[in-house]
Formats: sequence, structure tokens, C-alpha cells
Amino acid sequence: MKERRLTLALMDPPYESANSTTALRIISAALEKGIDVNVFAYEGAVCLPLKEQVPHANPVKGTTVEEEQHPTTKEFIASLLAIGKDKLTWINCGLCVDERGATNVVEGVKRGSPADFFKMASESANTLVIPTK
Amino acid sequence: MSSYVFIESRDPFESRDTQFLEETAIAVKERGHNVTVFLVQNGVLAARKTAPRLGRLAEAGVTLLADDLSLRERGIKSDELAPSIHESGIDALVDAVVQENTKAIWH
Repeated sequence: MKERRLTLALMDPPYESANSTTALRIISAALEKGIDVNVFAYEGAVCLPLKEQVPHANPVKGTTVEEEQHPTTKEFIASLLAIGKDKLTWINCGLCVDERGATNVVEGVKRGSPADFFKMASESANTLVIPTK
Repeated sequence: MSSYVFIESRDPFESRDTQFLEETAIAVKERGHNVTVFLVQNGVLAARKTAPRLGRLAEAGVTLLADDLSLRERGIKSDELAPSIHESGIDALVDAVVQENTKAIWH
């Protein structure tokens, strides 16, 4: 039996789909259970850990940045990497990064290729591919 | 025997292809495998007893789970769920997909 390791392939860019939130919840729950997690971020998903993301105020509600507490995906990913330590591997597809100029990412995110995804999937108990619609 | 976990994220009223998932899950169940359908995001809209969309799955013996956070986000309370649907945390999905001989399919 393969060790308890889960691989996820993500494709949605940040703030586009509830898929991203669900994926982050799955990663968090798996890490809490001591399960090793691999993430291969493909296409727009390589922007999930972009460092330039900043929280914003909400002029419709009249709230300030501090009151709004707008969550950014980079903060979620940075937290998961800090919690997971060596149990979470996050690889951004290099070609997708170059296409988007998405090089400035939070610490711990690595650069790789679909060959890494194949290797991660081969070593995992299961692989969950979460495509865009 | 294998286990299959189908993760349905789509609203059945918006995406007609949710029917394809239903038919696939039933076909796999009829071949003797364990089948779970985990409803998440807008997929939980099918879980309401006032919108009975999943009766065939329940009759086929498919385990039906609905993500608790997705239900709360959409204002769906536990007592509004169809009897065959069980409210569940995302950790139950994680437990299911790391089991041996289990295939996970996201839709």
C-alpha cells in the first residue's frame, strides 16, 4: 500500500471559484490528520500564492481594510506551508508561471513541471484533480 | 472491490451534466463497488428535501454526504436535508479519498 499521501492538482486562479477555498480546506484537513500533501498548481492556480496580493477595504459596506479582514490566498497558503512544514509540498508549473509573470510567490512554493505532478501522483494514495469548469 | 468517491461541486439546476455523474455513480454501484457522492459548494443545493434530485442515488445504495460549510454558506439547515443525505465535514472526504483502492473524481 502507498503511504498516506494525497496529491491535488489545482487550476483555478484566485478569487474566481469556490474550488480554491474547498481545495485549501482539503489540504488543511489532511495536514491536521498527519497526511502528507502534494499540490501541483497549474494554469491560473500559480497565482494563488502571489506575494503582491493585498487585502482591500469594502466601499459598499463602508468598512476599512482592518474591519474587512479580507483574506488573501497567499496568506492561506503561507499558513498551510508553515503548519505543514515538510508534510506539504507546493509546486507551481514553471511554464504557467512564466506565461503569467507569476514569479514572486510566498516562501516555500517551488517551481516544477508536469513531470513532478506525475511523480507526485505515482507516490500518492490518491490524486484529486480539481479542474476549472 | 474498489471504492469510488464522486465529488459533486455543481448546481444541478445550472449544470445538466450533474445527471451524468448520477448515472455514472449508479452504474459503478451496480457493478458491486462502494460509492460515495460528496456534495460540496453549489452541489449541496441538490441536498434539500424540497428539491429532491438525488433519489435514484439513494435507492441504489450510494452514500450521500453534504459538506457542512457549503450548507451553512447557502443557508441550508440540517433539518432541511433529504433523509438520505448526511451532513459531513471536509475531513470525512479526506478520510475517504486516502483509503486503499479508492478512486476520487471531482466534478
